[in-house]
Amino acid sequence: MSEKELGKKWDRCLADGAIKLGTGLGLGIVFSVLFFKRHTWPISLGSGAGLGMAYANCQNDLRSHYLLHKSEKVGCRSAFVRTCVSCCERVEKLTNFVNNCVR
Amino acid sequence: MLRACLRGANATARNHCRRSPGTSLQHCRHYTAGESSSGASKVIATGLLTVSGGVGGTILYAKWDHKFRAAVEKNVPYSDRLLGLALGPAPQDVGLPVKNQVELAQPPSMMEKQVKAPKAKSEKKVKDSAGSPAKEPSPVVTQPAQSIEEMSQEASAEATHIISAISEVPSVPAPCDTEAAAVKEECKECHDHKDTPAAVHPNAESPSAAEPLKERPVEEVAARLAQQDQEEQDILASVSASLEESLASSAKATLQAIGAQEAALQAITQHTHKLKEAMEAEVPPQEKSAQWKDLEAALADRTCSVNDAGTALLKANEALGALRSVIDDSKGLKIAAVHPLVLAAEENLHNMIVDLDKVVTKVQSAESEAKIVSQYSELVNEAKQQFQREVSSLTPEIQANWKGLTGKLSADDLNALIAHAHRRIDQLNRELAEQRVREQIHIDAALEQQKLEDQKALEKAVNTSLQHVKEDARLEQERKLAELREVMEAEMRTQLRRQAAAHTDHVQDVLKVQEQELRAEADQVLSSKMLEQETRYRQLNQEQLDNFTLDMNTAYARLKGMEEAIDSHVVAEEEARRAHQLWLSVEALNYTLKTADADVPTVPLKSAAEAVRDSCHDNDFAMALASALPEESLHRGVYSEASLRARFNSLRSLARRVALIDESHNSLYQYFLSYLQAALLFEDKQEAPPTQLSREDLDPFKLLSYASYCLEHGDLELAAKLVNQLRGEARRVVEDWLTEARLTLETRQVVSLLSAYANAVGLGTTQAP
Repeated sequence: MSEKELGKKWDRCLADGAIKLGTGLGLGIVFSVLFFKRHTWPISLGSGAGLGMAYANCQNDLRSHYLLHKSEKVGCRSAFVRTCVSCCERVEKLTNFVNNCVR
Repeated sequence: MLRACLRGANATARNHCRRSPGTSLQHCRHYTAGESSSGASKVIATGLLTVSGGVGGTILYAKWDHKFRAAVEKNVPYSDRLLGLALGPAPQDVGLPVKNQVELAQPPSMMEKQVKAPKAKSEKKVKDSAGSPAKEPSPVVTQPAQSIEEMSQEASAEATHIISAISEVPSVPAPCDTEAAAVKEECKECHDHKDTPAAVHPNAESPSAAEPLKERPVEEVAARLAQQDQEEQDILASVSASLEESLASSAKATLQAIGAQEAALQAITQHTHKLKEAMEAEVPPQEKSAQWKDLEAALADRTCSVNDAGTALLKANEALGALRSVIDDSKGLKIAAVHPLVLAAEENLHNMIVDLDKVVTKVQSAESEAKIVSQYSELVNEAKQQFQREVSSLTPEIQANWKGLTGKLSADDLNALIAHAHRRIDQLNRELAEQRVREQIHIDAALEQQKLEDQKALEKAVNTSLQHVKEDARLEQERKLAELREVMEAEMRTQLRRQAAAHTDHVQDVLKVQEQELRAEADQVLSSKMLEQETRYRQLNQEQLDNFTLDMNTAYARLKGMEEAIDSHVVAEEEARRAHQLWLSVEALNYTLKTADADVPTVPLKSAAEAVRDSCHDNDFAMALASALPEESLHRGVYSEASLRARFNSLRSLARRVALIDESHNSLYQYFLSYLQAALLFEDKQEAPPTQLSREDLDPFKLLSYASYCLEHGDLELAAKLVNQLRGEARRVVEDWLTEARLTLETRQVVSLLSAYANAVGLGTTQAP
């Protein structure tokens, strides 16, 4: 169902965000403890980087439909167009037949 | 905003005022206000002045020029009221009354010409100008004339001219007496009564002319003619009688006068002769006295006869005068038949006058001679008496009769006598010489006297002869006129006879032609009637034949119909069976549609569609429809409307949330904004969609509310159409729902078509009990 897609995307986004934030935070803490004398900046850097990556991923995921990939360029679009055209044709044929018979 | 502007303006004003040194705000404002007020009043005053000036000028000009007024009234609304108030109502067109006047003048002339004709009594005034009758009936006629329309104006003018020309042309003169006085009158009367060509008596005609102009019946005409003739005859008789009487009396008197005059003439000549004799003859005294006695007798006779002649002449003149008066009277009667009598009487009169005059002149000449002779005798007597006196004066003792005294005379007496005689002779010689000398003068005087007398006599004679000649000429003329008239009458009679003959010929011809025409007509009528009868007979025959054929045809057709009906019955039953089958299968298909639960699609329609296909093998329409069902519905089934509705309600919130997202706006920030918009924007849960979508209606929120409304009211189709208008992410979100909706709609359409068709077929084949 097309309406469930968005929900799924948001789920992925959040999950991804949580993971990346957590990972970033963790790595930041590690690096801050290990290499940077317990400054806070690596932590914020790490979490920020994690959050930023999560944001970018989420945005990309949400945008993914609207971006044309090189291989799929014509194919996706044309499939969609083809289904529409066939539906219209069918409806048209039916109405014509009905009109003829009625006449 | 306005208040802000005002505040700003005030602030700037305050600033300006503050900048100018030593003046307060109040004064500033006051001055500006004052100046502006005086300027405004000036402007207002000039404006008012201009406007009033314009209006007044327009009104004045409109008063003067009516066309301008009409133009203004036409172009400017309500100006007609204003102008009416100011100037009074607009004047009517002046040209129209003039036209009416002209029309009135024309028809009255036509009417009065018509009125004049029946009024025969006004014929007396026919010779007066045509203008006088126009004045009389014009006031009477104006009323009807006004009702005459304008279109007949020219026609009436022409008619007027024609009618006036006709009425003024002198009519054909009947053979009446051409007396100058009442010629036209008589002629008009004669013209009115065209069927009296014979001599017309005008006096008798004038009362009858008062009737309207119409031809009188023949009997009346004949009676009138007879009456006229009778009257004429009577008058003629009376006139002739009177004329004869007077002629006779005058003739008698004239003859008497002539006789008397001749007698007088005789007496005068006798007397003259006797006188002459007495003067000249030397007769003895006894005879002389006898002669003188005779002479006296003759003189007495003469005077007596002259007196008689005078009285007779008077009588004759009287009689002739009477005759003349009678002749004039009879001339006054103006009857043609009287004319020759009158003429004859006049001639007789003339002759009598001539004779009388001749005799009278003879008598006068005789009298003049007698006068001369008597004068001579008187002179002689005078001379004798003179001599006698002289002798007696000389010789007083001697008696008168001295011839017998030859011996008694003495020598002295004789000498004295001789001396006296010598003296007398000398005297006489002297007298003679004197006379001879004065002879010429005396002769001239005598000649003159004679000339005068001759002149007088000549004049008198000339006058009388002139009169006689004139009378003669007139009588001659009258005689000639009478002859001419007779000739003309005869000529006219021949012409009329000829005309009558021509008329009878013409009438004969016309009658012949008419007879032919009538015959031809009758033949034609007869032939047409015959034709009609024949055609009717044929028609009836044909009808009978046709009816028979028709009956045969109908019987045959009925037979055929019955056979066909029986055949078609069988076919119809078969059809009905099949239709029932189709209907049943379609109902089954319909039923399967209802087997949808919430969120569970229907049973696959495959079997039902198969059944339908089976039951309509030979029906192309039904086959096409049955094969038009979408594959999905056949294999999977379709969702019901209720499930779609429920799904939509959940979709709606999602679509609202992603309303701002499309190809260009799809960053996370946009998502945040879109979510914010969905949280903050409130729209109607359901809103009725308009019949035509405008650009504002393509807003996703609006579309969703329209679609909700449609769904709530069961219009899935419209809801699908509206949802189809969504764009961008919202569209992606509802794509599946849309597909499902389409599928459902398609299936439902096909099924409804099939069921309608099945119903129709079923109805068609169902036979009423």
